[in-house]
Amino acid sequence: MRIAVLVKEVPDSYGARRLNLTTGLAEREASDRVLDEITSRAVEAAVSHAESAEGVEVVLVTMGPESAESMLRKTLAMGADSAHHVLDPGLLGADMTLSAEVLAAVLQRIGCDLVISGDVSSDGTGGVIPTMIAERIGAAHATSLDSLTITDSSVTGNRETYGGTVTVEAQLPAVVSVTERLPDARFPGFKGIMAAKKKPLETYTLADLGIDPAADVPRSILLSVTEAPARTAGEKIHDEGDAGKRLAEYLIDKKLV
Amino acid sequence: MAQQKILTYLPVLPSGELMGSAAELLGAAAQLGSPVGVIVTTPGMAEAAAESAGELGAATVRVAEHEAVGTTLTEPTVDVFTTAWEDLRPEAVLVPNDIDGRDLAARLSVRTHSAIAADVVGVHRDEEGIVAHHSVYGSTFTTESATTHGTLIITLREGAVDYRGQPVTPEIHRVELGELPPQAASITEFSASVEASTRPDLRGAPTVVAGGRGLGSAEGFALAEQLADALGAGLGASRAAVDAGYAPHSLQVGQTGVTVAPDLYIALGISGAVQHLAGMQTAKTVVAINKDPEAPIFDIADLGIVGDVFEVVPQLIETLKAQRP
Repeated sequence: MRIAVLVKEVPDSYGARRLNLTTGLAEREASDRVLDEITSRAVEAAVSHAESAEGVEVVLVTMGPESAESMLRKTLAMGADSAHHVLDPGLLGADMTLSAEVLAAVLQRIGCDLVISGDVSSDGTGGVIPTMIAERIGAAHATSLDSLTITDSSVTGNRETYGGTVTVEAQLPAVVSVTERLPDARFPGFKGIMAAKKKPLETYTLADLGIDPAADVPRSILLSVTEAPARTAGEKIHDEGDAGKRLAEYLIDKKLV
Repeated sequence: MAQQKILTYLPVLPSGELMGSAAELLGAAAQLGSPVGVIVTTPGMAEAAAESAGELGAATVRVAEHEAVGTTLTEPTVDVFTTAWEDLRPEAVLVPNDIDGRDLAARLSVRTHSAIAADVVGVHRDEEGIVAHHSVYGSTFTTESATTHGTLIITLREGAVDYRGQPVTPEIHRVELGELPPQAASITEFSASVEASTRPDLRGAPTVVAGGRGLGSAEGFALAEQLADALGAGLGASRAAVDAGYAPHSLQVGQTGVTVAPDLYIALGISGAVQHLAGMQTAKTVVAINKDPEAPIFDIADLGIVGDVFEVVPQLIETLKAQRP
C-alpha cells in the first residue's frame, strides 16, 4: 500500500507574515518558511501506520518554490520513503483550481492508494484542495477527520457535521484530511535525519505533468490587496483593588454592556 | 434584465431547523442577486426549513429529500447542486465555510469548471461582476478576488456578513436525486452533540469572553463562563487553554480555530500569542486582564488590566449586577 501525504511549506504563523502590496504574493523574506503544522500531523498519521503495518510506503508530495526542498528533506527525516516536488515558475500565484489540477496529476503519476493531507492550510485557509483532488482522481473523500483508522482496503474516522458527529468510511482509493485532534508530529532522530539525505526526491515541471497554467479555464484572480491598520495599545492600568469596578465603568461608559 | 441567480446551500440541523449560517448566506446572496436556496435532507425534514428560508430572503427554494443523505457523504448534495447549476447557470454559488460546505464547493468546482473563492468575509458587485473579500494572515491583510469568467463558488466565513435578506413567500421546487458515484464515502453513524448551551454562538456573538492558560485549570475556566453568562456573551478559549484541557476544541479562537470579530472581546489570562491574535484582532474593542504586565495581548488591547483575573472578574460581575437591578 502506498500512502501519499500532501505537505506544504508556509510562512510561520507564529511570527509576522506579509503580503506584497503590489503583487499580492507572500513576502518570502518576511517570515521563516516552515512545514505547515497540520500537514506534519498528516505525515505522523501515515508514518505511524507504516510502522504498524506490513508493506506500507509513505511518499511526500508538494508543490512550491525551490525552498520547499529543504522542508521535504526535513520531513523525510520523520520516516517517509520518498518525496515528490512540483517546481515551476508557472505556479507562482496559482489559484486552487490549478493547484488541485497539479497535485492530482502528480498523484496519478506516482500512483497511490490513500492520500492524507491537513484539513486547512494556515496560509491559504481554503480547505478545499483535498476534495478537489478526490474529484479529479475519481476517489472518495473523507475530510476534516478528528480520528483516523487505516486498513488495507478502507479508512474510517469521525468528523463534525451539522448538530453532531458522523463516523465516515471510505473504500480505497481515498483522499482524507485530518484536524488538529490527531497526534502531534514526532521529532526526527539523528538516524532519521541522516537517512533522509539519501532518500529519493524527484522534481517535476508543469510540462512533465502535461499541464498548461495559461489554459483558458476560469481562474480566481486577485484584484486588490491592502494592509489592515495595525492595532495599537490603549490604556493600561494596574489593579489596586478597584480594577473590576473601573472595568465595569469603562464598559458602561462605552455602552458595551 | 432578470437578476442573476445566486445558488445558496442551506444546511439543516437534525431537528429540522436551518443552520444559523442560513441568514448570512441568504443575506450575502441578496447583496449579489436573486437568492435560490438549496435544501438537501433525509425524507420529511425539509418542509419547515424551506419555509424559514423564505423568511430569510430565499425567493426560490430547491428541495431534495432522500434516504441517501443520511448514509452517503457529500455526494447527494453535490448531485442536487450540479443539476441546479446546469438548469440555472448561477452567477455565484454560496456555501458556508464549514466542513460539509467546503467539500460541496470543492466537488462542484471541479465538476462545473468553476473558480473558488474560499474563506470569504464579504461580497459586493462591481461593473465586471462579483467581488469576494478575504481577510488574510489573521486579518493583517485584506484582499479582493474575482473569477476570470463563469460561476464563482464562494465559501463564506461564518459570522462575517451582517446584511440580511427581506422575507418572502418562497416558491418551493422539489427535485429528485440522480445516480450517485459508487466510490463515495458512507456515513455509518451519527451522534448528536450533547452541548445544550444557551450561550450565543461564538461566531457572530456581539460580545466574546475568552479564557486562557492563565485561568490555571478547568475549574478556573469556569470564571470565563460566569463572565460570559453575566454579559450574555459567547465563550471562547485560547489554544493553550484547549490543549491544557480547560475547554473543548469547539471554543478555540485563533489561527487554527474560530475567527471572531465582535464589538467587545474580553481576554482573561490570555498572553496573546500571534496565533491567538490572528483569530480576534478585528474585534472593535479589546479588553485584556493578565497578571503579566509584559503579555503581548496588552499591545493590542484598548483597555489592559494588569492584575489577578480571580479578583478583577468577580468584582466586575458584582459591580455590573449592582448597576442593573
